[in-house]
Amino acid sequence: MRIKALTIRILRQIFRDKRTIALLIFAPILVLTLLHFVFNGSNYEPTIGLVDLPEAVSNSLNSSEAGHFQNYDHMKEAKSAIEQRTIDAYLYMDGSQPSLVLEGSDPTSNRAVMSLLQNAFNSPDKKSAKMDIDFLHGGSELEQFDYIGPILLGFFVFFFVFLIAGVSFLRERTTGTLERLLSTPLKKSEIVFGYVIGFGIFTILQTFLIAAYAIYVLGMYMEGAFSLVIIISLFTALTALTLGILLSSFANNELQMMQFIPIIIVPQIFFSGLFNLEAIPEWLSWIGPLTPLYYTADALTSVMVRGTGWGTIIENILLLTGFSLLFILLNILVLKKHRKI
Amino acid sequence: MVGDSDVVCVNHVSKRYGDQAVLKDIHFSIRKGEIFGLLGPSGAGKTTLVKQLAGLEVPTDGENVIFQQRMPSLQIMKRIGYMGQSDALYGELSAKENLEFFAAIYGLKRKERLQRIPEVLKIVNLAGTEKKLVSSFSGGMKRRLSLAISLLHEPELLILDEPTVGIDPVLRKSIWQTFDRLKSNGTTIIVTTHVMDEAEKCDRLGLLRDGKLIAIGTPTELMADTSSQSIEEAFLVYGGAVHEN
Ligand SMILES: Nc1ncnc2c1ncn2[C@@H]1O[C@H](COP(=O)(O)OP(=O)(O)O)[C@@H](O)[C@H]1O
Ligand SMILES: [Mg+2]
Repeated sequence: MRIKALTIRILRQIFRDKRTIALLIFAPILVLTLLHFVFNGSNYEPTIGLVDLPEAVSNSLNSSEAGHFQNYDHMKEAKSAIEQRTIDAYLYMDGSQPSLVLEGSDPTSNRAVMSLLQNAFNSPDKKSAKMDIDFLHGGSELEQFDYIGPILLGFFVFFFVFLIAGVSFLRERTTGTLERLLSTPLKKSEIVFGYVIGFGIFTILQTFLIAAYAIYVLGMYMEGAFSLVIIISLFTALTALTLGILLSSFANNELQMMQFIPIIIVPQIFFSGLFNLEAIPEWLSWIGPLTPLYYTADALTSVMVRGTGWGTIIENILLLTGFSLLFILLNILVLKKHRKI
Repeated sequence: MVGDSDVVCVNHVSKRYGDQAVLKDIHFSIRKGEIFGLLGPSGAGKTTLVKQLAGLEVPTDGENVIFQQRMPSLQIMKRIGYMGQSDALYGELSAKENLEFFAAIYGLKRKERLQRIPEVLKIVNLAGTEKKLVSSFSGGMKRRLSLAISLLHEPELLILDEPTVGIDPVLRKSIWQTFDRLKSNGTTIIVTTHVMDEAEKCDRLGLLRDGKLIAIGTPTELMADTSSQSIEEAFLVYGGAVHEN
């Protein structure tokens, strides 16, 4: 009864603030759309200068469609072209050995040049070199976007629930409504549960819209069940909510709440798998398992890219629940500061 | 001094925050149906004391007994209406939504809510504004809505921390008329104030200074005792100032 009243009030407050609602729904949609176009845009086609190459070589290269070619008679011309950045690289004969000079300041163009040349020099016609490639998960159509998409989805849920719940609880404290609530026979656990249910309902709605947009409009890779994505988001929101409320006790105003973003939120991104986890040095790698987003990202990637079911994510869900229970306990302890019983 | 008809008994209560002694051995009681004023300058410890009575704080020493039970007690808190120094309202919600929320928190059934909400709005003169968002309310309107919320569950004991701050004299008068009406229905009211002329309207006064209860009695008693013309003068005498005449 009382929990229901709290839940209704929280939802009313969220939906009354049109600007925040717009931010919560459209900011993730905008970011995902931009990423979609950035990562799935057409591949970069490099321009390569060919300096006085044997006919056979330049012919075989010119037939490649992955780039553009410019023939030069002298090195000098090629050098000035590369300095003006009209070409990304040039190829010349060093004795009998072909040599490559790259402009070098842009990794994307470096990679494009190298892969083009590798393809051109290795196995142009040799059928024997071809092999069949199978993918255990994903597939050749899996793009960078499909891999980071699930992680970002989890991040958005975590970030927004953390911030909005934290700020609303902070306001509850600074405007005196928390004190008023505590002057009623309301139990402290009822306050926490009211918040959990209110934000839980909101998270289901938010995740539903964002995930549906990413999957059905942007065509994000989706192997598993949509319902599992919602469930994972819900537990992520629970963790974010309880952590947000907890940390709001240590902030005196909204700006101080924002200060938790670079300390609490951003570092989690580095350990969430958005960047290759193997690349993290050994002495830092213990941090990952301590961050909730690590488990969210793992579960979402499992479901969306690998198409796995309950079995593989249950452990992640349990760990997120563990975090939440810990934070709820700490919250009730912190609320003791405001009322002893 | 502590008897059966006493609704509130403050029993040798002290409170310290770290090194600072905020309340020092406060001892008094309040009878059923009286309007008791706690008068004292800012920082005297009024808020600290009424928060203890509302069950939000606990004393370092001594005890507060309300309706024969030691505070804090959730059972007793149901029978108390508390209005803090800040308005404690949700600005994004309308007046009615605020009232509905707190009514549900106090456990009022739907039928009771439908009946009580218009009643309390009428008491504080806010009828007709229930659809407006609280963020568009003036300071005085917020204060009155806050008061209305503390009346919702018809508490037997009403604890009001500076209820008339920021309210113009006309409205202040009408609020005090409300207190008198509630009192005649048997409600006990504790108000804190630092406005002296308001103090004269209380049945009894406790003068608080630097965490000490320096005097207690009806306004007439306090003035006669110090042969003063006003509560303000009396306060100064009890506070140790030399009487000018
Ligand atoms: N939570 C607290 N921690 C430390 N000091 C406090 C706390 N609450 C009140 N005080 C101090 O207690 C004194 C009395 O405060 P308060 O009861 O608010 O006075 P009043 O309501 O009469 O203006 C003040 O000096 C205040 O700084
Ligand atoms: Mg005060």
